[in-house]
Amino acid sequence: MTTLDRNGPDLSQPAPGKTFLPSYDDDAPPPVPRASLGRMTPDELFVRAGAWFAALGLAWVTTQRLLPMPGIPWFLLAWFFFGLVVTAVATAATGTWIDVKDRVAASLVTGLALFVGAALVSVVTYVAVKGYKPVINLNFWFDDMAGVGPKDAFDQGGIRHAIIGSLIEIGIAVAITLPLGVGTAVFMTEVGGTFARIVRTLVEAMTALPSIVAGLFIYSVWIIALGNPRSGFAASLALSVMMLPIIARASDVVLRVVPGGLREASLALGASRWRTVWHVVLPTARPGLATALILGIARGIGETSPVLLTSGAADFTKTNPFEGAMNSLPLFIFGNVRSGNDEGIQRAYGAALVLLILVLVLFVVARLLARPRKTTSRRSSKAGS
Amino acid sequence: MTTTLPDLDRPQPGEVDVKARAISRRSTGADAVFTHGSRVVGASVLVITGGVGVFLGLQAVPTFKRYGLSFFTEQQWSPDTDTIGIAAVLVGTFQVALVAMVIAFPLALATALYISEYAPARLKATLVSMVDLMAAVPSVIYGLFVALLIMPYAADLSIWFDRTLGWLPIFAVPGGEADSPLPALSQYGFSSFVAGIAVSMMVMPMACAVMRQVFSQTPPGEKEAALALGASTWGMIRTVVLPFGRGGIIGGTMLAMGRALGETIAVALILSPSFEIKASVTEKGGSTISSLIANRFGDASTSQLSALLAAGLVLFLITLLINTLAAIVVNRSRSGADTD
Repeated sequence: MTTLDRNGPDLSQPAPGKTFLPSYDDDAPPPVPRASLGRMTPDELFVRAGAWFAALGLAWVTTQRLLPMPGIPWFLLAWFFFGLVVTAVATAATGTWIDVKDRVAASLVTGLALFVGAALVSVVTYVAVKGYKPVINLNFWFDDMAGVGPKDAFDQGGIRHAIIGSLIEIGIAVAITLPLGVGTAVFMTEVGGTFARIVRTLVEAMTALPSIVAGLFIYSVWIIALGNPRSGFAASLALSVMMLPIIARASDVVLRVVPGGLREASLALGASRWRTVWHVVLPTARPGLATALILGIARGIGETSPVLLTSGAADFTKTNPFEGAMNSLPLFIFGNVRSGNDEGIQRAYGAALVLLILVLVLFVVARLLARPRKTTSRRSSKAGS
Repeated sequence: MTTTLPDLDRPQPGEVDVKARAISRRSTGADAVFTHGSRVVGASVLVITGGVGVFLGLQAVPTFKRYGLSFFTEQQWSPDTDTIGIAAVLVGTFQVALVAMVIAFPLALATALYISEYAPARLKATLVSMVDLMAAVPSVIYGLFVALLIMPYAADLSIWFDRTLGWLPIFAVPGGEADSPLPALSQYGFSSFVAGIAVSMMVMPMACAVMRQVFSQTPPGEKEAALALGASTWGMIRTVVLPFGRGGIIGGTMLAMGRALGETIAVALILSPSFEIKASVTEKGGSTISSLIANRFGDASTSQLSALLAAGLVLFLITLLINTLAAIVVNRSRSGADTD
């Protein structure tokens, strides 16, 4: 097909020790990119998309004209149902039974996944729409509810006490659970033995502990039996009991997937076991450990039931967790929803929005930490330190 | 050309007496500190977490002694008249959890399949973190969402169920007058069904995360083999992905079930407390163990507290059983065999 360039060297007598670039035929047709194998053909696209348009019309006729099924939920349900039926019928017209099953399954799975996504989006939007009114007032962030009546307008009072309380409680809980949880995980994976197996079994069992029971445990031991008052510290203890197995188990999973080759290489180079753990295993697992911790925090900060039993609710800002009642965001939400008046419920939505933002921020931080670090940034940070 | 072995038995001139180094796995120095230190940490965690279980058990003994078997058969929880039993509460707990799982299971399975098999590769990471985010949304927020936004729709749906499927006892609401033009709407809200919706939103992402993880470990070779033999996407999923992930599907569902049994706040926000066994899940009122504890701990006397702890112990044992079974199922499956 290809002919040699006329001006090129005569290949029958190749010049020794020289290379030439091949030249191309000017008359050859230009290269055409190959059609994608994975993409849908126009026919298929028409059947798939067209089915859903047809279903839209059918759903409207059925729910709005023929049957007394007003309201958007029925309409969406009918649309989904008719979409599946029309897809099946349209595919059966041209394809085989296998094609029908394939397309209906694909539509069903996609539809249900979309429904889940819509549920998440609607939760976030609903809370944002309902809660933005109190939140846009600055005093909602920087003031507390001391001396503010439940029916006062939103330019008075705020949730500073709940935010600070939540942060203090979760901070103490992390200070307790992080060393214990990661230490236990290190013990289970790096030291091992019969005793470690017992610990692992028990930790896995205790992740089943319902959070309310953790709260009840601290309530009856710390508050009833030992006679301490309800306080932020008691709430932190309850949160710790709940978070400890979660963090230990998650860290255990992370440490177990550290490649054994890395450990062996470190030991073979003469490092002691302690140095291997500190300089090889933990740094390798660092992003995973951070994710485990932050997911544990996200779980703990939104947990209402242990806090409900142990901390009590105060209306004013309190920074000492050891004395007296201390409010927190979930407790504030729960209390205000239970109060039943409109302003209270709106404040609850505002606090829920703040809590959601807090969880979102934690989540973004977790994702950033979980990204593998680039070696260059590591070197520069080493050089800088 | 012969080779001769050196005569090893004969003492060599000027030989140093070499002894084999003693090989010991016993750690020394900093290693010993590390080993023992981490053992102490492990032991303390054992004591803390185990302490909860032991304490619950000890506290529950007086209650079990006092009420005996009637603790499990009595429906009423009225400490004033000294009749305390968890029969109704226990049934309520399972009703809410089962409703939640009936809703959550298909959604979790479909979402996991979508993320692992159907979603465009670019979107996968985003979708995974969206599911994780859904798991991290505080339960009180789901409770608010369902109690104040979804409840009327759910009540309408309950009425529709009563009209069309009323011959099934789980949908029949006595006194609801579903067939009349204006049904008694108040009988349909605040039910186990509505609470189950809220709980399902909470446990769905958890089940989904486990399932997705197992699906993503399906050997690509087997998937490609199925496709190369001419299987459609669904055929490949049905013959390769689902059988491979069976352990993850069952295990994830059971883990979610364990969480659903212990869910407190959303249930306490939605369910209006009542202590009788109800055949119908859509009828107003009900109670679960955790919502019972949340509602009653405040005004509890010492003996009543111990009864609440006994109820908590029962809840803990049930969730423990379910979680252990789930862990066994997940570990028995082929998934996650190799990580190296």
